[in-house]
Parts: sequence; structure tokens; C-alpha cells
Amino acid sequence: MIARGIAIAIAILALIAVPYAITEAYYVNIASQILLYAIFALGLNILVGYAGLVSLGHAGLFGVASYAVASLLVLGYGHAVAILAALVIGLLFTAGFAALALRATGISFIMITLALGEILWGLAYRWISLTNGDNGVNVATRPMPFGIALSSANAFYDMTLIVFVVAVAATAIFVRSPFGAALAGTRDQPRRMNALGFHVWMIRFGAFMFSGLLTAVAGILYVYYNRFISPQTLALPASAEALLMVISGGAGTLLGPIVGAALVVIIKNVVSAYVVRWNFMLGAIFVAIVVFMPEGLVPGMARLSRSAWRAMSGPKKVLPAAEPKP
Amino acid sequence: MTFWLLLTVNSVTFGGLLFLLSAGFSLIFGLMRIPNLTHGSMFMVGAYLGTTFFSGALGFTLNFWVAAIVTAFEVAVLGALMERLLLRRLAGQQLAQVLVTLGVSFMVADLCLMAWGGDPISVETPPGLGGFIRVGTAAAPLYRLAIIAIAVVFAIALWLMLERTRLGAMIRAGVDDPQMARVVGIRVSQLFTIVFGLGAALAGFAGVIGAPILSVYPGLDQDMLPLALVVVILGGTGSLLGSFVGSIIVGFIYNFGQALVPELAYFILFLPMVLVLVLRPQGLFGGQVL
Repeated sequence: MIARGIAIAIAILALIAVPYAITEAYYVNIASQILLYAIFALGLNILVGYAGLVSLGHAGLFGVASYAVASLLVLGYGHAVAILAALVIGLLFTAGFAALALRATGISFIMITLALGEILWGLAYRWISLTNGDNGVNVATRPMPFGIALSSANAFYDMTLIVFVVAVAATAIFVRSPFGAALAGTRDQPRRMNALGFHVWMIRFGAFMFSGLLTAVAGILYVYYNRFISPQTLALPASAEALLMVISGGAGTLLGPIVGAALVVIIKNVVSAYVVRWNFMLGAIFVAIVVFMPEGLVPGMARLSRSAWRAMSGPKKVLPAAEPKP
Repeated sequence: MTFWLLLTVNSVTFGGLLFLLSAGFSLIFGLMRIPNLTHGSMFMVGAYLGTTFFSGALGFTLNFWVAAIVTAFEVAVLGALMERLLLRRLAGQQLAQVLVTLGVSFMVADLCLMAWGGDPISVETPPGLGGFIRVGTAAAPLYRLAIIAIAVVFAIALWLMLERTRLGAMIRAGVDDPQMARVVGIRVSQLFTIVFGLGAALAGFAGVIGAPILSVYPGLDQDMLPLALVVVILGGTGSLLGSFVGSIIVGFIYNFGQALVPELAYFILFLPMVLVLVLRPQGLFGGQVL
């Protein structure tokens, strides 16, 4: 318990130190990107990892929050109003998504979320009077909470870090709560949970809403980070990218999506410096991970380090195999 | 009057193209229980390959229809290869299979962009079909009527194949109960390859004959795939009649929507899907729950 506390403290200190260790604004911005995508991936992981429901439409929800902020700012509202309204709008869309997609589970859930995500993309792309179509919407300024300007890379990183830590803590509490346990129950044994008197649909709906909340928060950070939003943000590759973060890191773990987000953002930035074919890489990594490391990096590494630890601590007596039943 | 007639013809034409696309999608879904997210890519690859064959870029020029058939075979081979080499490795893991098809669709889209560039390619209607048929004062373009005829012929052929042939009986058995089909000696895994190839061929063929109407451009796959999804959710998975009716409905909504409320055309397209999901989740003609 104490070891865990120390580890968390070290991790937070290390994250705070990042902008001082790498002073170039470009790299600090990449660090901010990793954190905000990690929030997005944490949100998606609630559904993919803990509820066992794979969504391919989450970029739509992410983009709705972004567009809400951008549009309200263009209409002349203040930052506080825009952010609050974006959260509310994001949650409303999430509720609509959930109400439709939770008619099904499994593969059909994927298809419905995919179709819903494409609707939102289509709206952003074609409803030009509202969204300015392919040209996107610009955001002139970043907010100034308590009078602190967020225009510099470092200040924005610190802000993102605070939101990130809160999001991780909220996710950890959510997952370890009785509700989180019930959610994992609906993933593994939905019929038994139903027989035990749990309202499976309500539990999944609640999880979807929490997932949508984190997604909206990430979307709001994204639009302030980029100061620009275009339909590309809502397109299917964006949903797939988020899913790749969750799966490559390890679905159903707290650390997995964070590692996955770091991995994808770094690869994306490094790769696009050398080749223009990011979508090809995205697809290829996707296929490779699904075929060769379906459990994801974090559980995979944990398994490797466990076996390495066992090997280092000397030959132990092999656990006896389970007695064959007579 | 001409406006409405033309719009109706366009709607049925588009519905016919969608049927060719979604019939294979629906069959694959019915048999393998996965949505093949490369189906839009097959359509786009077909369109690109077809235009290359009859544009003469390779040094020789094929007749439009020959090119369409050759392309269908090529895309069928691509589909069958993908099933053999990738999906077969993940047999039984549906989620992994879906994700692999998604990954492959991105790779294909990028490869097409690399090979054919980002500019849209417009395709002329094949010779002899550029004219109009006059009905009283109204006129309907001949090529679009030809597409409708082709779609109807394919629909009948597919129906006969499924209902009257040995292969069709095996496919129906596989859709109903794969385990039982295996028990009675049907090689279901071989059916997977056949159906995947057949679906890919239909999609590729639809891509070629759709090219003169839709033109060919990057992102065509992403435009078509959601439509196939909607058709299948509407009609019900694994049902040929479902994909036929669903395609016509989507064709009408899409074309009328684009003519009357262009900004929201994409949105109202999904309304019937939402209605079906709420009222009849297994789809209009689906037996099994979606």
C-alpha cells in the first residue's frame, strides 16, 4: 500500500517535471497531447475494458464537445459558459448514443456505434451553416482560469496535467467502487448479474455516461490545445486511433490506456516526421497488435516481468498441476 | 414531373448499387458473424482497378464490362486471401477479426491514395448506354436503367443460388447453425472463404459499374461502408430480401434527402436505422436478433 502511494507520488512528480526536463515547446506540446489523449483513452477503456462493449464511435462524442466549445465561442459566449455547455451537450449526446447502442451488445454494438459516429462526422462535414464544413472552426483564445494565462506550452501542460490526474483518480475510484465491480460482472456474466437482481442495462448506461464525460473533457482540452476543430477529428480513423490506444496498452487496466496513448501519439509524431502514410501505419500496427499481442502492452509486459522475476529468484518448486478429477 | 421521375430513377439505381454492395456484406455477416469493415474498401479498390483497366493506363484497353468482370475476379481473390491469411488465424475471435478488417481497410485506403493519387477520377458512361429513354415528356438515362436491370438479375441469381443449389444449401446451413453444419460434414471454414470471395467480388463489381455515377475518389470507401451498415441494420443480417428492401429504402432516402435538404441528407439517412433499432432490433427481415 505504501509502495503504491510512493509510486504514485513519484509518477506525479515526474509528470510535473516533464516541461523542465524537456524545455522545447514542441516536445512539451507532445506531452500535453499524450495526456489529453490518455483521458480520452481512459474514457473509452471504461466501455471496452470494463464493460466489454467496444465502441467505434467515440471520436464522434469527442468531437461534439470540441465543436460545442468552438461554436459557442464563435457566437460570443465566454469560456466558462462554453466549457460547461460543452460538458452538458457531450453528456446529452452520450445519453442518446447509449440509448441506441445499448439495444445490442457484442458485434452489433460495434456496428451501431460505428454508424452513430459516422452520422456525427457527416453532420460536421456537411451541415456547413453550423460547422463551417471542411474548413473547420477556429478558436481565438485559451481560457484564463483564475487569471492564469494558458497561452504558453508549459502553462497548458500544467493545466492538462491537473485535469489528467483528476481523471485518473476518478477512473480509479470508479473502477474500484461497487459499481465498477458490478460493471465487470455485467461484462463477464450478464445473465447471472440479471438473475442476482442487478439492472444490467442501467449499469451499462451509467458506465457509458462516465465514459462520455471523460471523452467530453478530453474533447474540450483538445479544442483548446489545437485552437481548431475540423470534421477529421470525428472521422472513423480517429475512433480507431482511440481504440488502438486502449487495446495496445491493455484494455481493462488502469495504466494500459495511458501507455497506449503515449505510444500512439509518439509513433504518430515520429512517423509523420518521416513518412506521410500515417493511416497505413495505423492500420498495420492495428493488425499486428491484434494478431500478435491481443492482450496489450501492459498486461504483456507484466507477464514477462513476472516470469523474469521468477527466473531470477531461483528455481522454485513447480506448482503441482491440478489434480485430475476422478 | 421530370424532376421527380429522375429522382426516383436515381434512387432506385443507387439502391441497386447498394444491394450489390450489401448483399455480400450481409451474407458474410450471416455466416461469419462479423461485419466486414473492408467492404467499402473492396468497393473502392474495384472502382479504381476498373477505371485503370478501361482507361488504357496499362497499355491496353479493356471493354467496360470485361473490365468489370476481370475486376470482380481480382477483388474476389483479394478477399479470399484476406480471409485465408488473416481472419483464419483468428478463428472464433470475432472482436479480433473485426479489428483486423478495420486495420486492413485503413491500409487499403492509404495504398489506393498512394497508387492513384488524391484527385477524383471521373468515368464516362460505357459506349452505347449514354443516351436516354423517353417516356412521354420525361426522359430517363439509359445507363442508370441498365444498373437497375443488372441489380435485379444479380438479386435473382443470388436467390436461386441460395435456394436451389447445393452450395446455397450449405451456406444456409452455415448461417443457421455453424456447429451443426460441421457435424453433418459441411466444411464451414471453406464456405467462409467462398462467401468472403463472393462478397468481395460483388462489392468490386459494384464499384466498377458505380464509377460512372459516383466517380472514384479517396474516401469513397468511407462513404459506402456506413451505407452498407445501415442497409444491413435495416434489413436484418443474413437476409437477402432484407438487403434488397433495405437498399431500396436507403437509395430513396439518400437521393431525396440530397435533393431536398442537402445539408442534412446524411443525417436523415440514419433516421430509419434509429427507428428500426428502437422498434425492431433484429431488422425488418432478420430472424435472429441483431
